[in-house]
Amino acid sequence: MTDAGSDSGWFTSIPPDDLDAARTAIEHGSTETPADWPANALETAFAESRADYYDTLHEATTHTARAAVEAHERADDQQLIRSVRAMDDCDRTANELAERVQEWAGSLFPDAGTGIDGAREIATRESSDATERRVIELAGRVVELADEADDLREYIRQTAPSVAPNLARLAGSVLAARLIGLAGGLESLAKKPAGTIQVLGAEDALFAHLRGRAPSPKHGVIFTHEYVHGTRAEDRGSAARALAGKLAIAARGDHYRGEFNPEIEAQLEARMATIRARADADGSEDADE
Amino acid sequence: MSELPAGVERREFDGESRLSTRGEPVYGEPTDGAWRAWDARRSKLGAMIELGMATGLAGGETVLYLGAAAGTTVSHVADFAGPTYAVEFAPRPMRDLLDVAASRNRLFPLLKDARSPETYAHIVEPVDVIVQDVATRGQAAVANTNARFLNENGRLLAVIKARSEDVVAAPSDVFERELDTLRESYEILETERLEPFHDSHLGVVARPK
Ligand SMILES: C[S@@+](CC[C@H](N)C(=O)[O-])C[C@H]1O[C@@H](n2cnc3c(N)ncnc32)[C@H](O)[C@@H]1O
Repeated sequence: MTDAGSDSGWFTSIPPDDLDAARTAIEHGSTETPADWPANALETAFAESRADYYDTLHEATTHTARAAVEAHERADDQQLIRSVRAMDDCDRTANELAERVQEWAGSLFPDAGTGIDGAREIATRESSDATERRVIELAGRVVELADEADDLREYIRQTAPSVAPNLARLAGSVLAARLIGLAGGLESLAKKPAGTIQVLGAEDALFAHLRGRAPSPKHGVIFTHEYVHGTRAEDRGSAARALAGKLAIAARGDHYRGEFNPEIEAQLEARMATIRARADADGSEDADE
Repeated sequence: MSELPAGVERREFDGESRLSTRGEPVYGEPTDGAWRAWDARRSKLGAMIELGMATGLAGGETVLYLGAAAGTTVSHVADFAGPTYAVEFAPRPMRDLLDVAASRNRLFPLLKDARSPETYAHIVEPVDVIVQDVATRGQAAVANTNARFLNENGRLLAVIKARSEDVVAAPSDVFERELDTLRESYEILETERLEPFHDSHLGVVARPK
């Protein structure tokens, strides 16, 4: 045989205790026809006995499958990105259509309500003619889209913690998914400095600033976090910086280790308490501006 | 009724006589000492045995299992068979299958596509039995391309799910078509619908031509 790999077992050119070499051989090797590999392993002194061979095979196959499963789970950030985009599309479309329903329904039913709730109520009505039926059906579509958005939100809540446990804990699942999406993946988010994460989602404002036409943005999509929008205006920059700093650490932990670390949250809480204490010190009427 | 393989017994669970094997529980099935019930409603091979098909299983044989999923059935197979190679191509169920394999040291999980046997023929030895439950289109073709693994006197125990091939055609037409394809590589020994355990599934016992 000219091609060494084409006619041999997975163990042919690896040392018996090298699991990573075994993984490469198991994943990438190939041959057309099976052979009595256990016997072959004995002949070539890869194993001392059949039992020994099977023990090694068990270790090698489970190691390989586990590594592949873990690699796949890390890739689940892409599913999360798609689901948050789909959720936003459903929300936006539902709201747009709800306006259309409201405008149309208002001309038929004087008591028609507004928004998604209005559509929900209209969808339950009985139609008395073909025109009303169209409006009621359309309202039904709005309700379905809004429900789909809710289901997607719930799916994101359930999956984000397994993709990025630390980020999801600190940012909340939906914001975590948005940050991962803005960065293009967990890995690239993990490689971004805190200052970049702080303004992710504010790219337009950032470019305007770089062209000298605007002040530098203090926050991007992390504005939706309570720690930022719930902090009084003059302290928001500090809050955004503190949050972004811990989000950067969380993203790195999620990408490189994948384990939850409660320390990060505790440190952020302490820092936020200090920042908010400034408002208390300045007088309580300023604090809830 | 054919005989049960060694390592498979009928035992009483909550006053009901059921198939069982000895091993770590996997899917919340009832247990009785070291024995755990083998739920024929959750396992198509379990249903084939429950329905008395002549699987030829005796216990201790070498097995290639195609479509292992989270390991509901292959866990029982590994309990009574010998070395068991479990092929599954979806990473999610593979995670659970790894838990099943943790307590079964002759169960070898392989994250591979059963349509490409050349990607695992360097690992899998010739076997006495192929069990197949892939439930995706082209089920007979998967069995044919894997026939290379079967010993001369080996058995194919396959399940054909009608809806995986064609959701509108009558199941009996789908089964005929798939059996025709299977005959390219196998001699069909027995077929049986798996109702009431599984709707619109056909159990097939075959041997290589
Ligand atoms: C019906 S489930 C099997 C259930 C399992 N036999 C049991 O009883 O515990 C079918 C499985 O086959 C897998 N599958 C389908 N096509 C496959 C292929 N080409 N290669 C490997 N696995 C496949 C699916 O991912 C799925 O997990």
